[in-house]
Amino acid sequence: MEPILVVDNLVKRFGGLTAVNRVSLEVYPHEVLGLVGDNGAGKSTLIKMISGVYRPDDGRIVFAGQNMEVGSPMEARDRGIETIYQDLALAENLDVGSNIFLGREPVQPVLAGLVSVLDRRYMHVESKKVLDRLDIHIPNLNVQIRNLSGGQRQAVAIARAIYWDAKLMIMDEPTAALGVTEQRKVLSLVKTLRDQGVPVIIISHNMQDVFAVADRIVVMRRGIKAGECLAKESTVDEIVSLMVGAETVEK
Amino acid sequence: MSALSKNHAPAQATEDSVSSAPVRLLGRLWAWLFLAILVLIFSALAPGFFSVRSFQNIGTNASETLIVALGQTFVIIAGGIDLSVGFVLGLSSVVAAVVMRSLNESGYPQGLVLIIGLVAGLGCGFIFGAFNGLLISRLKAPPFIATLGTLGIAQCFAFLLSAGQTVGRQPDIVRVLGNNYLIFFNPDQSPTLFQPPPGADLRNVLGVVTLPLVMMILVAVIAHFVLSATRFGQHTYALGGNREATKRAGVNVDRHTLKLYIVCGMLAALGGLVWTMRFNSGSPIAGEALMLNSVAAVVIGGASLFGGEGNVLGTVVGSMIMAVLYTGLVMLNVPPFWQFGAVGAIIIIAVLVDQAQSGLIRT
Repeated sequence: MEPILVVDNLVKRFGGLTAVNRVSLEVYPHEVLGLVGDNGAGKSTLIKMISGVYRPDDGRIVFAGQNMEVGSPMEARDRGIETIYQDLALAENLDVGSNIFLGREPVQPVLAGLVSVLDRRYMHVESKKVLDRLDIHIPNLNVQIRNLSGGQRQAVAIARAIYWDAKLMIMDEPTAALGVTEQRKVLSLVKTLRDQGVPVIIISHNMQDVFAVADRIVVMRRGIKAGECLAKESTVDEIVSLMVGAETVEK
Repeated sequence: MSALSKNHAPAQATEDSVSSAPVRLLGRLWAWLFLAILVLIFSALAPGFFSVRSFQNIGTNASETLIVALGQTFVIIAGGIDLSVGFVLGLSSVVAAVVMRSLNESGYPQGLVLIIGLVAGLGCGFIFGAFNGLLISRLKAPPFIATLGTLGIAQCFAFLLSAGQTVGRQPDIVRVLGNNYLIFFNPDQSPTLFQPPPGADLRNVLGVVTLPLVMMILVAVIAHFVLSATRFGQHTYALGGNREATKRAGVNVDRHTLKLYIVCGMLAALGGLVWTMRFNSGSPIAGEALMLNSVAAVVIGGASLFGGEGNVLGTVVGSMIMAVLYTGLVMLNVPPFWQFGAVGAIIIIAVLVDQAQSGLIRT
């Protein structure tokens, strides 16, 4: 199977510091890739190059068979790379539908096309559809986002990305700041995404989470790729050893 | 209230919203209650207060305040504030009056004089609104400081241009627009629009709905439509709710901010034009009280100074509270200056109510 994302020898330097040093990885459709590493290992820098925030100093990124040229977050999003940030980027004073359609609101012409009014009905119906498709339950879509729980907010952010045809989802610490039940819901949502053909790169400090959802795990240490393994063939200890750079891996 | 909020553990935000409903309802409706109570009190104490004529007066007196406050509503919902509205209003009123006076004296037809005067006044609001908007969106000046600065500049020009005097000698059409009624009921004749029939005995003519009232209602309806049913309104709320998210969603937030301050500046200018029509002159101090009053109307109406909340109906109620207060005090022979103190106190209470509510909702 063809990988949807190929990262080839990516390098990013900040002054004298090489934050990411010749890192390569691939992401295939129908898989969840866990990206782990200690603080400062270069995970975030790597992710920011993929999502267009930083421009790589060397190497290339091929997404869906096409070279990603001069990076911008907008370009990455237009191509289908969606990043779900910890702060979620939702307007808390708006309802679910308004957030899913924020910036791309459907309108209907009235008064012979003189003015356009928001099509709230369409927003509501379509939001309901995409939430159902992802098996997300929010009892009342008309409440403001601030009245939803952390997990529900996370789900709305993901649903928005899916609605707008995300082809690769990047999630940075999606379970941080969530209760246990909520964590489980978000992780099962990640699996739903994978099953529906949307690959996910998940960054997490939480080994349990990573092992719960990831098919493959890439470990970073001090800017380099320290290792890569299949989740079901490795243990937490092995991964941690790779993270901290222990000389040998004892089984 | 503290006992109430204790029952709602922060994490259960969804349950919270249900059980604190009475508190939130009170928070939303207190302005209406307050308005109703004011009307009841003044009706009981001031003879003649409870009448169509006096309500029409109150509405007409509120017209500039409401028009300006509607502009302020847009800006405050988006998380900003415009302190310059009062003197932008004054300057627009002076500019329009000076232009119309000189054109009128040069013998141009009245309709043309009026149109040029209106364009000059609105242009003034556009320029100051755009200046505020550019300072805030491009140069990232804090709205409070940027608009305080433009307040001073507008005040300076307004006084220079008028030499500190009211600018009179306006064409007749200005007075007509500001003081005539939509419908005139005439004895022995069918009702007429805008003008009483020529030669009618004005003492027997009953005018209903002043023209400033018509303009005010028109602006309020349009503002309500824009805010609640268009993408422009939606983006205004989003901007006040989460600027970063709105930007990430692809909305050009700088341009939207610029547009908001232009809207606010032009509505301030429109308020100045209505003032000029009502008083048949321009005055640099026409909007002196409006910096406080426009913000007060919006905040009393339930908007949050943190941004993201507020609506046109609330601002209408807020403006009416102040107008009722003013008229009621005058009719009771109480010095109307008490209104300033009362509005000041109300705005403080409104902000405290807002914060208490936020404490319940935002956890």
